Amino acid sequence: MLLNEYGEDGQILAGGQSLMPTLNMRLSNPQLLIDINHLHELNSITLDDNIVRIGALARHSELALSPIIDMYLPLIADAIPHVAHIAVRNRGTFGGSVALADPAAELPACVLALGGTVVLQSVKGIRKVKADDYFLGLYETERKPNELLIEVQIPVQDLTGLWAFVELSQRKGDYAIAGLAFIGTSEKQFIKTAKLVYFGSEIKPTLAKKTMAILINTRWDDNTRKLIAETLGRDLDPMTNLQGSAKMKLHLQKVLTNRAIDLALKREKPSR
Amino acid sequence: MANKTTPLTILDRPNSYIGRSLSREGAKRAVAGRGRYTDDISLPRMLHAAFVRSPYAHAKILAVNVDEARQQPEVTLVMTGTELQELCTGPWIGTLSSFEGMKSAPQYPMAIGRACWQGEPIVMVVASSRAAAEDAAEFVTIEYEQLPVVADKETALDPECPIIHPELGDNLAFRKVIDNGDVKQGLADADIVIEETFQFGRHTAVSLETRALLADYEPTDGHLTIYTSSQVPHMIQAVFARTLGVAEHKVRIIAPDIGGSFGLKIHTYGDEVATTAASIKLGRPVKFIADRLESFLTDIHARENRVWGRIGVSKEGEIKSLEIDVRSAAGAYSQFPRTSVFEANQILNITGGPYKHKNYKAKTEVVYLNKVPTSQYRAVGHPIGNSVGEALVDQAAEACGIDPLEMRRRNIMEDDQYPRVSAAGIKLQDMSHQQCLEALAKHMDYENLRVEQDKFRKKGIQRGIGIAAFIKGTAPGPAGYYGTGGAPIASQDACTIKLEPSGGVICMIGVTDQGQGVDTVMCQIAASVLGLRAESVRVIEGDTDAVPYGGGTYASRATAIGGEATYQASLLLRKEILSIAGTLLQAEPITLDIVDENVVNKSDNQIRISVSEIGRIGHFQVAELPNNIQPTLSVTYRYRLHDALYIFTNGIQGAYVEVDIDTGFIKLLNHWVVEDCGRVISPQLADEQVRGGCVQGIGGALYEECVYNEAAQLQNGTLADYLTPMAGEMPDINVYHIQTPTSVSELGAKGVGESGTGAAPAVLMNAVNDALRPFDACVTKQPMTPETVLASLGTV
Ligand SMILES: Cc1cc2nc3c(=O)[nH]c(=O)nc-3n(C[C@H](O)[C@H](O)[C@H](O)COP(=O)(O)OP(=O)(O)OC[C@H]3O[C@@H](n4cnc5c(N)ncnc54)[C@H](O)[C@@H]3O)c2cc1C
Repeated sequence: MLLNEYGEDGQILAGGQSLMPTLNMRLSNPQLLIDINHLHELNSITLDDNIVRIGALARHSELALSPIIDMYLPLIADAIPHVAHIAVRNRGTFGGSVALADPAAELPACVLALGGTVVLQSVKGIRKVKADDYFLGLYETERKPNELLIEVQIPVQDLTGLWAFVELSQRKGDYAIAGLAFIGTSEKQFIKTAKLVYFGSEIKPTLAKKTMAILINTRWDDNTRKLIAETLGRDLDPMTNLQGSAKMKLHLQKVLTNRAIDLALKREKPSR
Repeated sequence: MANKTTPLTILDRPNSYIGRSLSREGAKRAVAGRGRYTDDISLPRMLHAAFVRSPYAHAKILAVNVDEARQQPEVTLVMTGTELQELCTGPWIGTLSSFEGMKSAPQYPMAIGRACWQGEPIVMVVASSRAAAEDAAEFVTIEYEQLPVVADKETALDPECPIIHPELGDNLAFRKVIDNGDVKQGLADADIVIEETFQFGRHTAVSLETRALLADYEPTDGHLTIYTSSQVPHMIQAVFARTLGVAEHKVRIIAPDIGGSFGLKIHTYGDEVATTAASIKLGRPVKFIADRLESFLTDIHARENRVWGRIGVSKEGEIKSLEIDVRSAAGAYSQFPRTSVFEANQILNITGGPYKHKNYKAKTEVVYLNKVPTSQYRAVGHPIGNSVGEALVDQAAEACGIDPLEMRRRNIMEDDQYPRVSAAGIKLQDMSHQQCLEALAKHMDYENLRVEQDKFRKKGIQRGIGIAAFIKGTAPGPAGYYGTGGAPIASQDACTIKLEPSGGVICMIGVTDQGQGVDTVMCQIAASVLGLRAESVRVIEGDTDAVPYGGGTYASRATAIGGEATYQASLLLRKEILSIAGTLLQAEPITLDIVDENVVNKSDNQIRISVSEIGRIGHFQVAELPNNIQPTLSVTYRYRLHDALYIFTNGIQGAYVEVDIDTGFIKLLNHWVVEDCGRVISPQLADEQVRGGCVQGIGGALYEECVYNEAAQLQNGTLADYLTPMAGEMPDINVYHIQTPTSVSELGAKGVGESGTGAAPAVLMNAVNDALRPFDACVTKQPMTPETVLASLGTV
């Protein structure tokens, strides 16, 4: 209601870990803050017919402690320790992170890699948006100013499959300079499918489609590594900023790709 | 305890607190959240100041319109630079006559007519809350005409470069040359000559508690009280009083709890003076607390230097000559009153300082830029001088095929050859390079560490071992720069100590505590001398109405200078206590001693009279004493260095790191420091100083840089973008002390607060380059970011 009335002049306050600093620095001055922290129905994490439903208000630290996440979404379980520090994780919310879509944030990359669906609600009703269609650009998403992100639905991970979450930040808890969420399938060290979502270096969580194509039904050998290194530059378009040049970030993403796939294959489980 | 065989003193007695780690005075209070910082103080009718600052690095101010701001709710005062000028006695000029030939332009606390750096205050808004003041500040409109910006120190002296202050003739603040021995001959004698250029980024101190000031002027009697987060209350008293035309003795400076200072709080800042002027004008208390962005933009910066260096060595590794050429970046003005040229001056003084060579040539040019002024920050100049000197020694060792530790063993000054003068012309005494080096080799298990490094190398893991010897100037004396150069800064310091009627002792000191535990150290000294329990001594600092005149705490001087003052004052008070006791007991004072709060017989330790009884009689029952004895039970003692410029300390650091060759990331595995701060009063507090200091040095070496673009706009004014070191990345830091008491005082303590910072960047750079050695790569730029490392490897 309020969101509808105030549109862009109204701002939702969730964990406040991103919004409060911008208010403090007078970088944004909304007319109205809409505190959603008392909407307790939005903070649950449930498993429902092979879909994990993460309420918008679930705190990062609640994800870290959730047996459901640990069991069914190990990629996210691996990503959470990289999100800020404990104090921030105690307040910051899953919904806030996906709503804000910071280019260096871990969770949007996971949502995209895991094929999640973002559930948005406005006075007009509920709308579901696939992650593929949700992240549009730098802090830009499919969410309209009058919509509240209420939940993200993520299909449980294929537990026989490959996954790895890797990132580089100079200090623990910092936003990533470069990072990668990797999901795939394999058989006896032979990669069958791969999904690579890069973050940190790009303006938004980015699927490396050309590189992913190379990885379909491939042996993970020096030749594949070389091909990937050659191709990744065509998938990515890193930003130069204070954390480093575009050139360095592309280089780091190549290094991370190797490390992620090495790591995933190392813990490959024999298929059922 | 002392390594040297010095005569035993009162401090070496078994019941002494010296060399024991008492828990720090204020620690419990701080941990309990009961600290009382300047911002915790609220006075009736208090107002808050906010500032409109120049968004440009260099711009003419064509018009300032404050009418609308004045109309905003809750606004009491809006003051422009011109209006403030009328309240000032005159401009500041940030020069000291002790730096021959240095020049700087006159400046006022807020910009008038022209802004010369981004962040320079232009208009002050005072309102009933900070938020209201900031809201109103948005209604100030200023018309600017942008002027050409001098952003790059490399081109600042080029003929085509614009001149920031035309009346100075150029952008040169200071030039100095040292040319000792015969460098030409040294080079001719050398078998190997190595040269290299090093770059050091600009940083700032980033204290947890930002700058803070609350001024409270009482118009009826002209008394001005200022609560401020300052290391140097008496300097603030003098500078603020003189600038604003208030009688100095009517100004009281109170420095309450302080959340970090690191040198950034020994300076005068225009916004703080403006806030004080507002209180004088309004007759109401006015508070200013810098926010984090203001801190990054307006706290003094430091360290931005480019240094070329050249070393000549014989095949056997003997250093024959050393040369450096330093281009040092200042800001738009030289910081008043301590100047912006100390850093360069110290680099010249200390580079190559641990070594025996005789031929040394060093040159510096300090140049003005359209950036925030630079000035003293923890370990002034030392991180740079040590990084350069130690990197050159390492490169020379490599060229000679000599192990870096052995290279140093061959060149460091011998422990039995003091006093002596370094190649830079610095007088040195009571130092212990050789002992420190051998202790380091032992503690880091150097030989085995090399073996381990090799093993890892074979596995493709690149680890590096760094060594860096250092000297550190601490506790400057009056023959030095400030007072002699014309600044109202005391290099002596004082202690007033009193025995109260209860038998408790009040010890008032001119040096200040910012959380280091200065008060605890003074308590340990006084209690030890007086034979009292630590609980019986209360230390008061940070209030100019209470304490004797002093210089405050900077340049690792608190214990070395203030500690000796406390020691001597305590000895005098002890003498009076024993003399009164002697009279009362009809005993020779020399036969008496004070042990555990009682006057006892020296011979059999039998208790004769308690100290509290002396206090009671000395204050309330003076009739028990003969008429010719009038107890004072209060002593002030002042102490200063005599001939020495500084009390130099020495030490050596070791570091063990792992470099990820693919990503350029550096992991710190271990860190060792062996240092000689003379007599250690509190091992725990000394160790903490060294550890914290190392972390701050590591910050500069790996993370910290104030990044400016070509328009001299700061790019990273938040703690998200300006990276400071965090506990998670820090290695264990193992600290060891060799104790060679300084012979300039009886206490024998030298400074310890900056030794970690001074050499940590050097040892880290050497360790990283040791790891990179197989790749023929060398990092010469700090901070050593991943990109810097990858660039040195030719990866990016
Ligand atoms: C020191 C520090 C380090 C950090 N490091 C990291 C890191 O490494 N990785 C990382 O991913 N994040 C990091 N963060 C950010 C943190 O994870 C944030 O909590 C998160 O990005 C936003 O969540 P929030 O609940 O705090 O959102 P808020 O700050 O409350 O809101 C952020 C934005 O999203 C909007 N919003 C919030 N919830 C909703 C909703 N349900 N529907 C619609 N709009 C909504 C708000 O209106 C606002 O515009 C860090 C933060 C800090 C302070």
